[in-house]
Amino acid sequence: MILKALDIDSKDFENRTGWTIKPEGACKGEVCVPLAAGTASGAKLDAHMLSERLGMPLIHDAEAKVWCLGPEAMGRALTTAHAPELVLPDYQGKQFHLSSLRGQKVLIVTWSSW
Amino acid sequence: MWQALRDELHPQGLEIVTIALDVDSEAARQWIEQTKPNHPSLIDSAHRVDELFGVINVPNGVWIDEEGMIVRPVEQAWPERDSAPDWQKMADSPDIPEQLRETLQLASQIVIQPKEYTAALRDWVTKGKGSSYALPAQEVIRRSGPRGQAQAQAAAHFELGQYLWENGKRDLAPRHWREAHRLQPDNWTYKRQAWSLADPFQGQSELYDSCWVKDVKKIGAENYYPPLNLSPTSAK
Repeated sequence: MILKALDIDSKDFENRTGWTIKPEGACKGEVCVPLAAGTASGAKLDAHMLSERLGMPLIHDAEAKVWCLGPEAMGRALTTAHAPELVLPDYQGKQFHLSSLRGQKVLIVTWSSW
Repeated sequence: MWQALRDELHPQGLEIVTIALDVDSEAARQWIEQTKPNHPSLIDSAHRVDELFGVINVPNGVWIDEEGMIVRPVEQAWPERDSAPDWQKMADSPDIPEQLRETLQLASQIVIQPKEYTAALRDWVTKGKGSSYALPAQEVIRRSGPRGQAQAQAAAHFELGQYLWENGKRDLAPRHWREAHRLQPDNWTYKRQAWSLADPFQGQSELYDSCWVKDVKKIGAENYYPPLNLSPTSAK
């Protein structure tokens, strides 16, 4: 996720990465990772702490003064088989939530114009 | 491309969601408008599905069941088509621009498995959890592709490059995309996206170290799409 500062709103973090802040730590599916003492949902999260605990690379573009916190490096592309929420615009610009299809089978398939 | 299969399987409870990986979302939008699909047709200008699902090429498919569990992770996903393009014939045509000839020759050697894929999909739609193609959670995670520091850093660099590209700092994007290419060389969406913005034929440009023809030759066109693993077990 793109960061302009190194303290991250926990709701933004949850929505963007699929990790939820709980009393036991950051959780995704059945996986929970303890965070630094005092971390709570609703609070600001320190990007360096998240980077270290979750194995998320934190890269910086000094010229543009912007950071990017990458996905967790936990061995496999999927940390859990629970499908992550995905919110993307459709071709008419309307936001579509993948979770709105719960109750149906779904095939998602990529393509491109290039 | 997916409309016919969607119309066939939607009454049985399958929805197909197409996702265009396009930094230039207007280009994708124009393609979609022409086909007027009646299924969700989304545009992912930051290639977020690479990060979230492990997508590395197009077309790649993922199956998600009624409860929101992934039952097949990323793999090549082709519908059957009445008439597939004859790349070799196009490559032999005298009207083809020289710089495209080699691309078309390589394209003709790429191995895809639409018949096997659509048969597996129909089986799952009919049988649900009883289908041997619907994999248990541990197997889904195991097959979802490697995500070490290199792949995670590649995702971060690609996203940062895309952000800069979209926010009026296009000259700063290529160095992040070059890093993404170096860190995760088997991710074709990061490579082809960047190459296509430098050269419409995805040929060699000054900005990037390689190009489609060079990189496909390096791995062999027949390995461009890893073969489907339709066995239910881990044995491979």
